[in-house]
Amino acid sequence: MAADERFTDYRDSREDGPVGTRSEIITGPVSDWATDFSHLEPEWAADPYPIQDDLRQRCPIAHTGRFGGGWLPTRYEDVAAIAYDTERFSSRAIVMSNFRPPRELAPVGGSPPISSDPPFHYDARKLLLPAFTKKAVAKQEPATRAFCHSLIDAFEERDVVDAAADYAQHIPIRVIANMLGFPPEDGPQFREFVEDLMEGINLPPDDRVARVSRLFDYLVAQVHDHLDRPREDLTTYLIDAELYGRKLEPSHVVGTLVLLLIAGIDTSWSAVGASLWHLAKTPADRERLVAEPGLLPTAMEEFLRAYAPVTMARLVREDTRWRGADMKAEDWILLSFPAANRDPAQFDRAGEVVIDREVNRHAAFGLGIHRCLGSHLARMELRTALEVWLERIPEFSLADPSAVTWATGQIRGPRALPLRIR
Amino acid sequence: MKVQIDSERCQGHGRCYDLVPSLFGEDDEGYGKVLGDGAVPPLHEREARLAVANCPERAIELLEEA
Repeated sequence: MAADERFTDYRDSREDGPVGTRSEIITGPVSDWATDFSHLEPEWAADPYPIQDDLRQRCPIAHTGRFGGGWLPTRYEDVAAIAYDTERFSSRAIVMSNFRPPRELAPVGGSPPISSDPPFHYDARKLLLPAFTKKAVAKQEPATRAFCHSLIDAFEERDVVDAAADYAQHIPIRVIANMLGFPPEDGPQFREFVEDLMEGINLPPDDRVARVSRLFDYLVAQVHDHLDRPREDLTTYLIDAELYGRKLEPSHVVGTLVLLLIAGIDTSWSAVGASLWHLAKTPADRERLVAEPGLLPTAMEEFLRAYAPVTMARLVREDTRWRGADMKAEDWILLSFPAANRDPAQFDRAGEVVIDREVNRHAAFGLGIHRCLGSHLARMELRTALEVWLERIPEFSLADPSAVTWATGQIRGPRALPLRIR
Repeated sequence: MKVQIDSERCQGHGRCYDLVPSLFGEDDEGYGKVLGDGAVPPLHEREARLAVANCPERAIELLEEA
């Protein structure tokens, strides 16, 4: 068999091809959230829900001139309509920033299938679905459970631990490293990749390019390692996969690896952290879940609704007047599933956390064709992480509420969460 | 009473087979499928309604036949 030469010159070829467009970086306090919103300011990171609730009542679709122009729908029905309307709203870019990738990148996008539009999207997604079914990810559960126990064992005699840094973040990193066949000891680097990609949005362009290049270089090195030593994991699967009778473009393989590595880390980390944060500050809910472990799957869905970690973005394809908003081609849409999940028109007691809420049609994993590919994996991780924690540490509280910090950007969850555990 | 899944709407969230594994299962790609002929035993009618009410895509239909 001839050597696979797709990746031989891949590193250099990345620099070729069409370039995207940059917009002016605008930072600083928001003057009016209805006309100048920014999800990157500290006020939003600390507590976005009052802002979203206010906008839902008075807008309900906010605008900003930052990031070269964008819109923020806050009602469930508007978020859902945009998620379903792949004709008007493209997924060519899904992280709202000061950079728009070239239009020629559609319908594939930089990290298929999350960045893909129909009809290509369906085929690229179909390749991945079998690896992420509930049944397939259940195979990861025993190792995940053992790993959660080992993290708690490592707390030893400490009275205060950081549930975000010492627990939540490590779980999805270990699981995805295992699924991709990457060395588990590279985990700390993955955290840096996530921060570079998802939180470094307003950094100077050259700095941002350098950070993203580090991630690509790492992934290309992993691809070469898998070419030399193929094994039973998702990386080898992608290298060997075929679409339309041919092996995948190298940019497709590496772009999908970016997605699989990054998308599952800060999202699950955020969901586990936010759930533990809620239970630490709500003793009645904590005590009830310890007494009724069978309620956890229901409570977990409520945590996903109320503290949905993920906001996506879209790009407007053509000038359009949409539900009263004069949208221009290339405007961003900040597609806030968290805001949709707290719309009183869709949920009773939308602003409250009701851990035995039986009817919970939330949109934490998105709606429509881009439903989170890893949702079954995320649910397994979240359930396992909470089960093990509650079994091992049934009593805990916030050690210092003012020391809790939250991630900035489109993925929201605690990044520092000191808990008193004895 | 019978349940059926609109495969045009289903996106594989899996809420139906999470909540009511006696009536729903997953196919090889994670999309929901109705087990057997979809007939809902009277004792499971409440669960069937719960699955309908929790589907994010509103893909499950309940056919209340005689």
